[in-house]
Amino acid sequence: MADRLSMVVFSGTVDKLFPVAIMASGAVAMEQEVNIFLTFWGLDAFRKGEPQTNMRISKDFEDKGQAIMALMQQKQVPSWYQTLKTAKELGNGNVKIHACAMTMDLMGMTKDDLDPIVDDVVGVGEFVEEAQKGKVTLFI
Amino acid sequence: MAVELQETKVDRTIDARGSYCPGPLMELIRAIREARVGEVVEVLSSDTGSRRDIPKWCEKARHQFLGIVDEPGFARLVVRKAR
Repeated sequence: MADRLSMVVFSGTVDKLFPVAIMASGAVAMEQEVNIFLTFWGLDAFRKGEPQTNMRISKDFEDKGQAIMALMQQKQVPSWYQTLKTAKELGNGNVKIHACAMTMDLMGMTKDDLDPIVDDVVGVGEFVEEAQKGKVTLFI
Repeated sequence: MAVELQETKVDRTIDARGSYCPGPLMELIRAIREARVGEVVEVLSSDTGSRRDIPKWCEKARHQFLGIVDEPGFARLVVRKAR
């Protein structure tokens, strides 16, 4: 596991959390490390209970949101959360999900408020330093 | 090629039909980890991404991709665990 995919997850809508989970899966499959930094709405989407209940869709595709959600349900597509969990499990410790310390402070959250899929709380400096070890960092 | 492949003894079959990318690939990875070296695993997939992703993964993970058998509405992708 030498290569690494880093992602800054700023968005908290389901349509954007899906690519996060799918990109993480692809990276795990291709034996890369995954380094995820959850910030702002992206972190809010990882509050306990949120991954299971969040139905938000990006404003710019609001008109198509209901239809695509229904289609995915009908075709039994696993949720973004389940997909990310699978990636983490198959990644054998090579998928790290970090919470942004600044957002935590701002929103008055502690690690206990977050879903257990989140590994730890880090500052932006540490994330950027870790991201530098890979060639690709995505902002989602 | 296809005839030989159809005669290859398959040790495990994963039915990932109806599952979308990256589902079949992830299921294959899990099965290969559980398999013994030398065993043949086939994935039944109706996802078009699998046809490219699975051979690529085999190359990367150094397993032997034995080939694809097309069936109506899906494909059998056959892999031997090489290490």
